[in-house]
Amino acid sequence: MAILVTPETKVIVQGITGHFGAQHTRLSLAYGTRIVAGVVPGKGGDRFDDTAPIFNTVAEAAQATDATVSAVFVPPPYAADAILEAVDADLELVVCITEFIPVKDMIKVHRAMTGRKTRLLGPNCPGIVTPGPGEHSHGGCRIGIAPGYIHKKGHVGVASRSGTLTYEAVWQLTQRGVGQSTSVGIGGDPVHGTSHLDVVKMFNDDPDTHGIILIGEIGGSSEEEAAAWIRQHCRKPVAAFVAGATAPPGRRMGHAGAIISGGKGTAAAKIAAFKEAGIAVAPTPSDIAETLLKIL
Amino acid sequence: MNLHEYQAKKLLAAHGVAVPPGDVCDTAEEAKATAGKLFAEGYKRVIVKSQIHAGGRGRGVFKNGRKGGVKICETTAEVYAHARNMLGQVLVTKQTGPEGRLVSKVLVESALAIDRELFVAVVLDRTISRPVVMVCQEGGVDIEEVAAKTPHLICREVVDPVMGLMPYQARRLALRLGLKSELIHQAARLLMGVYQAWWKCEATLVEINPLHVVEDIDGNQTLVAVDSKIALDDNALYRQAELQELRDLAEESPLEVEASNYNLSYIKLDGNIACLVNGAGLAMATMDIVKHHGGRPANFLDVGGGAKPEQVAAAFKIILSDPNVKAILVNIFGGIMQCDIIAQGIVAAVRETNLTLPLVVRLEGNNVEPARAIIAESGLPVIAADSMADAARKVVQAVPR
Repeated sequence: MAILVTPETKVIVQGITGHFGAQHTRLSLAYGTRIVAGVVPGKGGDRFDDTAPIFNTVAEAAQATDATVSAVFVPPPYAADAILEAVDADLELVVCITEFIPVKDMIKVHRAMTGRKTRLLGPNCPGIVTPGPGEHSHGGCRIGIAPGYIHKKGHVGVASRSGTLTYEAVWQLTQRGVGQSTSVGIGGDPVHGTSHLDVVKMFNDDPDTHGIILIGEIGGSSEEEAAAWIRQHCRKPVAAFVAGATAPPGRRMGHAGAIISGGKGTAAAKIAAFKEAGIAVAPTPSDIAETLLKIL
Repeated sequence: MNLHEYQAKKLLAAHGVAVPPGDVCDTAEEAKATAGKLFAEGYKRVIVKSQIHAGGRGRGVFKNGRKGGVKICETTAEVYAHARNMLGQVLVTKQTGPEGRLVSKVLVESALAIDRELFVAVVLDRTISRPVVMVCQEGGVDIEEVAAKTPHLICREVVDPVMGLMPYQARRLALRLGLKSELIHQAARLLMGVYQAWWKCEATLVEINPLHVVEDIDGNQTLVAVDSKIALDDNALYRQAELQELRDLAEESPLEVEASNYNLSYIKLDGNIACLVNGAGLAMATMDIVKHHGGRPANFLDVGGGAKPEQVAAAFKIILSDPNVKAILVNIFGGIMQCDIIAQGIVAAVRETNLTLPLVVRLEGNNVEPARAIIAESGLPVIAADSMADAARKVVQAVPR
């Protein structure tokens, strides 16, 4: 098992003919992921690279292919609309890769998703990977932009707000021969769907996940909320790293959500919350895998 | 993007918020004329305020030694003298850093007798992804301090974005500010206007601090926004054409503006080890590990998760423009991008910039072996590193002491 997606998961790509969407669809197909359709309004009836059929709407694509997950590679002005179209089609999961979506659009999306069955991952996230059994984890489910080959099928769950820092942690594990159940990017925006806590709960319930790595960064309180729950309920060893201990307050560090504002959201506060919850905190980003392996 | 006080007040006034009568001025002559009109209307005192994107102006000190970026005056001659002393001078406050900010405009306004000072703000509550309107009876002071020491003094109303701030919520906040009778309705209208400004302008912050309860010229109690701060969502500016024009490039660091032209995210810090990294999280983590090994990062620099060679080249030029830089650390996790292509970009950039500073390069990911060969065969004095820890140790050692 794994969480959220498995090698059998059927995936739609919204914005499959854009430069970025096409590039990563090809990489996912090469990884063995079941990308079964694309959605591009106005291009219904075409095919992507002579393989996946393209539909005008998400509902049509889902009905024709039984896909349950959508990846959104739509430019920022149209991304909120794309997410809500997937929600309207009652998909199980929408993974939004798009960065630079206006906050107001995401506030509306968050409100509109209340009470709906669809889960949102992102936006501004690297996506999700459940590694496969093949060489370089081939045959897994790769949705988004993470490099597939750095993964290895195994039993560590990874949840992170960052892209390349997640790859760093995953690669540290793989190089030590330790595989991952699922690696989840929750995204770097202030308003997002799935939180650290949501992912931790799923890993806690997943029999295939034996240990958890949480990667946080300055801004917001997603890490503190996860820490409070872990302290009370988590049955699995958890290691963590928080980026941004040297970040100056009041500045946005690349990610829209990575900002210390009003003295809140500091790395020190998050590290303290993690330690209080009995989580092993890596002293540097070079020690993330080692820190978990010591307690696994 | 941040707005100046005078810009924020114009926006708030357009949403029905009362602001003190006055005008923004580019010259001391204009300031004197504006003050003359205010005195003629019957106002007894006029305030001259330096316009920069930083707080603490009143207690700030100009680089020429004069104190106070905000002055209260009782004659036009005083207004003229203070405006002349402020304009064209660099003001240093606790928020500007030692380099200070050039004052090129002053706001000249009437100053009324104050009864009470309040605080109002609209922000996004990230834990619930909803806007929240906050008020506090203790205005005029550092609200962060109030939040830390006496959080019970801050009252909040969460807004449903479909409905907007409802009048009953605004009245409830007014009551909790301790306002009575007619002022309750006035405050409620004001709060609705402030929320509307936040929503329509796609702000990340609208703050009025202080909001004064004053006696106007006719002796009636009224609410006036005496100082205000607005920050806008950069991601929404593409559809806010009028607000885009309010951007003041003079308030932004020239290197950061230059970096943004190449889609690079750069923030200058005060250390001497420049960092060039792909991805925001990895870039922060790289700064952290440099510090962990006893070094001081000179900057945050994210060339983007994809890290294209031309961005790497532009990034080298930007970090080398900082005279404090004594060594460079490149940390690239080439997940999708091929490391050998990035290595070619690094070699080209080093040659083009005639780099003489120590350079430590850590590449990981796709095609990393050919990438290392390209760097080794370039003949350039590049120090190769094979992990983040190794890279951080090597760059800290490479800084000349």
